[in-house]
Amino acid sequence: MNLLLPQLDQTGYSPGPNRVQSRIQQGTVLVFGLILCSLLLSGCGKRESKVDRATREGMLLIGNGGEPKALDPHLVTSVGDSAIMRAMFEGLVTYHPSNDATHAPGVAERWEANDKKTVWTFYLRKNAKWSNGDPVTAHDFVYSYHRILHPEMGAPYASMLYFLRNAKEYNTDKEGKVPFEDVGVKALDDYTLELTLPNPTPFLPDVLKHTTWLPVHKPTIEKYGGMTEHFTDWQKPGNSVSNGAFQVTKWRVGSYVRVEKNPYYWDKDNVKLNGVEFYAFENSFTEERAFRNGLIHKTYVVPPNLIPLYKEKKSPELRLEPYIGTYFYRFNCTNEVTGNVHLRRALSAAIDREQIVKYVTQAGEIPAYAFTPPTEGGYQPPRRVKFDPAEAKEHLKNAGYAKGSDVPAFSLFINTSESHTAVAIAILDMWKTHLGIDPKKVTIKNQEWKVYQVTIQDLKYDVARSGWIGDYLDPKTFLSLFTSDDTNNHTGWANDEYDRLFAESDNIGDEAKRFEKLEQLENVLLDELPITPIYWYTTKYLLNDDVRNWNPLLLDNHPFKAVELIAD
Amino acid sequence: MQTLKFILSRFLQAIFALFCIITLTFFLARLAPGSPFTEEKSVPEHLKEAMARQYGFDKSLPVQYVTYLGNLMKGDLGPSFGNKGFSVNEIISQSWPVSVVLGLVGLLIALALGVPVGLVAAAKRNQMPDYTLMTLAMIGICLPTFVIAPLLGETLGSKLGWFDVAAWEGSNAWLLGALTLGLYYSAYIARLTRGSMLDILNQDFIRTALAKGVSPISILFKHAFRGGISPVVSYLGPALASLIGGSFVVETVFGLPGLGQHFIKAASNRDYWLINGTVIVYASLVLTLNFLVDIAQVWLDPRLRSHS
Repeated sequence: MNLLLPQLDQTGYSPGPNRVQSRIQQGTVLVFGLILCSLLLSGCGKRESKVDRATREGMLLIGNGGEPKALDPHLVTSVGDSAIMRAMFEGLVTYHPSNDATHAPGVAERWEANDKKTVWTFYLRKNAKWSNGDPVTAHDFVYSYHRILHPEMGAPYASMLYFLRNAKEYNTDKEGKVPFEDVGVKALDDYTLELTLPNPTPFLPDVLKHTTWLPVHKPTIEKYGGMTEHFTDWQKPGNSVSNGAFQVTKWRVGSYVRVEKNPYYWDKDNVKLNGVEFYAFENSFTEERAFRNGLIHKTYVVPPNLIPLYKEKKSPELRLEPYIGTYFYRFNCTNEVTGNVHLRRALSAAIDREQIVKYVTQAGEIPAYAFTPPTEGGYQPPRRVKFDPAEAKEHLKNAGYAKGSDVPAFSLFINTSESHTAVAIAILDMWKTHLGIDPKKVTIKNQEWKVYQVTIQDLKYDVARSGWIGDYLDPKTFLSLFTSDDTNNHTGWANDEYDRLFAESDNIGDEAKRFEKLEQLENVLLDELPITPIYWYTTKYLLNDDVRNWNPLLLDNHPFKAVELIAD
Repeated sequence: MQTLKFILSRFLQAIFALFCIITLTFFLARLAPGSPFTEEKSVPEHLKEAMARQYGFDKSLPVQYVTYLGNLMKGDLGPSFGNKGFSVNEIISQSWPVSVVLGLVGLLIALALGVPVGLVAAAKRNQMPDYTLMTLAMIGICLPTFVIAPLLGETLGSKLGWFDVAAWEGSNAWLLGALTLGLYYSAYIARLTRGSMLDILNQDFIRTALAKGVSPISILFKHAFRGGISPVVSYLGPALASLIGGSFVVETVFGLPGLGQHFIKAASNRDYWLINGTVIVYASLVLTLNFLVDIAQVWLDPRLRSHS
């Protein structure tokens, strides 16, 4: 402290040069002192990392995959974008923080269905508010469903609302013959919403949690453009109005989106966080380095090569949890080679899925014995797909090939990625060992993402790697894929029995009986094998231990309002 | 007059080149399979059509081209499909400053390192300092930025904690980015400086100066430097352009929201207007800088004045 005190000469007289010199000395000592202090500080107390500060401020920092494509619930499609939507908007029903199978009430306080489960009535809470203070009413939901289903809107995920009566008819109608009034959604009064479905749907609350069913604020949408315009400014911070626990306050393209507590949210007292920042890391190694250096609380993924290292360290930060998704190979059923069901059976039975998850993917994936992943207490798929070399050889003979070398050359398409290549090479090796198919005859074709999508959609492949993530917790989100008219079938496979069983399952209101029917359905699929499942996905991420109430969830849709940050 | 004519002709050439680039990019981008609406979960045809109408893709290609050029004249680069809610203008104006900072600081580092190294190597030609420095420079050239960047991140960032490893706001990670770029380009500049200095040092007027007893230091800086640095100056244009526009790797590794990432992402998203927008920016940058370099060259080297 004495450094800052004026140094008075004893005599009271201080000559010029001396004063200057003492100033210089003072300055030098000050600088050295500061350097010493900063060294001591950096030595003793650890510098507070960004994450520590964020925890103190109740700000959750998470890696969120790439840059959001939009902040409009009717336009987004990706997993990361849906996470931001979940923070900003609230639907009728919301996700439970620890159990996928239960529903937490959202804007709807309670709901009821008729016996057939075709007419659902939702009673909205009267205290639900938009982030500008407007009340959330049943009319907002009618407007939102109208918007996403509007033929002019071209919302990419509109088909999620086809559960509603006449929704598909309205959405696909270009001439304007079907009025929106025919669609099964009606506001009985300001706070009562009635949904009418053509088929019994006991799992409707599960479906309603999806991003596509989130409400949007009509005055805001109309203020910045028309109802169906994609390209308006309404999504921007400052303009955007949302009804969830958080509202967007910052959107920096290529960097991050910040949402902060919505002061009008009805349940704001139970919202633990003050906000969330969603970072758009394009590179998983960068994301991991950012996590290691205390820049984010949670990563979106973990680079596959680093998983063994984290496992070796027994790091509690590494989380590998079952995820409702299937990694599978599609067979093109319209061409000569893979159109042969016996060959498909042979190829499928020769794949040792245990080996693949153990030695190739290494992130706790589960070898798939069916297409639909099993859910605890819910649907159990038939255990049909097995690794059986003897049976594989039998199928090969039935296919008309005495030995593997007779099988004509075919192609295997993957989209560019190290891990897809590794799995493909392992499978080629298994086909060689167990069937005798020369790996040189199977060309692995590596394509850029969009090119690969087009190849698959146009059926220009023989075998192709694919993945499917469930949109809601019901086998229907998987099994609807292979009905002959589904836009995601992409195998050319059409089976009358499958279509018939699927239609039948759609008319059963009783859960147990419906699952029975779906099991029959899946048996048909796994017998014919237009696809062969390889493994069920896991979510792989790193989580800082300050983050509480972040539980393993099959759908990986975490409600941010339940998450808490507590420093150790 | 001569100089003015030269400047005018270079300017017109640049405008013509830009027009060709815009036209080529517009049509080439459409040749890639897929569209902005291609998604893993396929979008039904009727919805794709509705989206196409939203963006005017239902019109024929020549009509779209004319509309695009018309908007371009008004300075409107169109909407982005990959970042709905943002226009290409907004995206570019947001990311542009990041790239400029990265590029300029990178270039400064490159010059501050490269030129002195090149001078020393030239002055001590075929001696130990020359060999050492040029070996280092060779290594620098051979190590691509995607190797240097994570290495710097792990060492200066993770291990020593001097720098943040990612993010732009409230972070110094951009310095690591600039350093990566600077190191990489300094290697080129060092070799370039050495080479051209040697050319000059072997010329007659240098020998004359030496014979007249001018000191070696004075020869190096007063007589040789101005001519010797000329190739470096002409390299600065394209170098700065690629530093600013092509820092994709550095931006990705350090999570920086610059322009480079949009180049790559726009292409993989088939974000047509953003592809065009970024190409226009980059092309204008290259053309402008080359134009400026041409002028600087004429100013630096009196011999060029008569030629032009």
